[in-house]
Amino acid sequence: MSPIVIVGSGLAGYGLAREIRKRDAATPLTLIGADAGQVYAKPNLSNALALGRLPEQLASETAAQAARRLDATILSHTRVRAIDRAGKRLLTDAGEIAYGRLVLALGADPIGHGLVGAGAERIHAVNDLDDYARFRAALTERNPTGKKRVAILGGGLIGCEFANDLVVAGHRVEVIHLGPWPLERLAPEAVGRALAAGLAAVGVTWRFGRAARTVEPAGAGVALVLDDGSRVEADLVLSAIGLRARTDLARAAGLATNRGIAVDRQLRTSDPDIHAMGDCAEVDGMVLPYIQPLLAQAKTLAAVLAGEDARLAYPAMPVVVKTAASPLVVAPPPPGASGAWQAETTAKGLIARYLDADRRLLGFALGGAETGQRLQYAQQLPALLA
Amino acid sequence: MKIWQCIVCGYLYDEAMGDPEHGIAPGTAWADVPDDFECPECGVTKSDFSMVEV
Repeated sequence: MSPIVIVGSGLAGYGLAREIRKRDAATPLTLIGADAGQVYAKPNLSNALALGRLPEQLASETAAQAARRLDATILSHTRVRAIDRAGKRLLTDAGEIAYGRLVLALGADPIGHGLVGAGAERIHAVNDLDDYARFRAALTERNPTGKKRVAILGGGLIGCEFANDLVVAGHRVEVIHLGPWPLERLAPEAVGRALAAGLAAVGVTWRFGRAARTVEPAGAGVALVLDDGSRVEADLVLSAIGLRARTDLARAAGLATNRGIAVDRQLRTSDPDIHAMGDCAEVDGMVLPYIQPLLAQAKTLAAVLAGEDARLAYPAMPVVVKTAASPLVVAPPPPGASGAWQAETTAKGLIARYLDADRRLLGFALGGAETGQRLQYAQQLPALLA
Repeated sequence: MKIWQCIVCGYLYDEAMGDPEHGIAPGTAWADVPDDFECPECGVTKSDFSMVEV
């Protein structure tokens, strides 16, 4: 009956709370979140325009409604300043909060773009629903039905999905990406270039191998000056250059951290009463800021907190890139794998396979209508964490 | 009738259409879809769908 306190009210925190309540109606539960605590799914932000959804329509519940459903205390707009491990309490904006078991579900911070100058306020990072509401307000500013020029910094998963959503809604989209093709850390060249071509076909402009260096006002908007001196003018800018796990709170408390908060197969940190999950956590050297790992972690951690002997396992978990104009599912090979990619263009799209020396399938990518085969391909892959 | 969206992959379940290929008749409310229903596109379970109001 030792109270559980969860720091974080995103998909990880709420997902864990739901899984806890499926098996345990009694243990006191508190969630502490820095934002308004609305229940929403972050993956829904990057296709909201295509579905005609306003930011306020993306929240399925308020924090108060979730608190009643979960029989939990939910503190919103509350930051945790420090963890007092010896005293088993949190020092927060709302005073001290004691915990029996603590779960850190803090998520990740968008990596800062570092651009300074007048006009930098036109650069938006979108990492939660509040950010997204501000971005949408800027998109309709001064001209609710007008189309804007949007520059996107970063051609990764978030950048590509937002590029698709914005261009399909009629805005002019230009993506500035350091890599040679989009998603170069997940996908080989043939797959990345096919994604780029598919998005270009609906109007996305790409600048590969480029980075923005400065931002300055230009007319009604801003101009980004790139490393080659060229300029990209835009009404607003979306910065999507990557995520960094929020490890400061854990590190300051003396917990083991690496790229993320280090946890074992029971999601336990170096302190037996403290767990971590979601985008802030590193399991077995892996930080996987995606939904399927998060859902697996929530189920395992809820079982662990209920005293069950559960261990996290990951099947193959292909990443679905929700770019409707150029659908893609990619399962990269595990770290340290040695093999090679082969890609073939088919009538329906693209099939790429990563095979080892014994011709075993260790990774794949499917593009276009071939994404329909994702489950069959996923079943052939070894588990990511057995 | 409402439309529900899988948070992992964006698959849309339209209550009016159901999903006959997976044994769900048209007009079946999401609440009445069995708990062991898995997203036909990505395999996550019903409890992991979030709702879209369209």
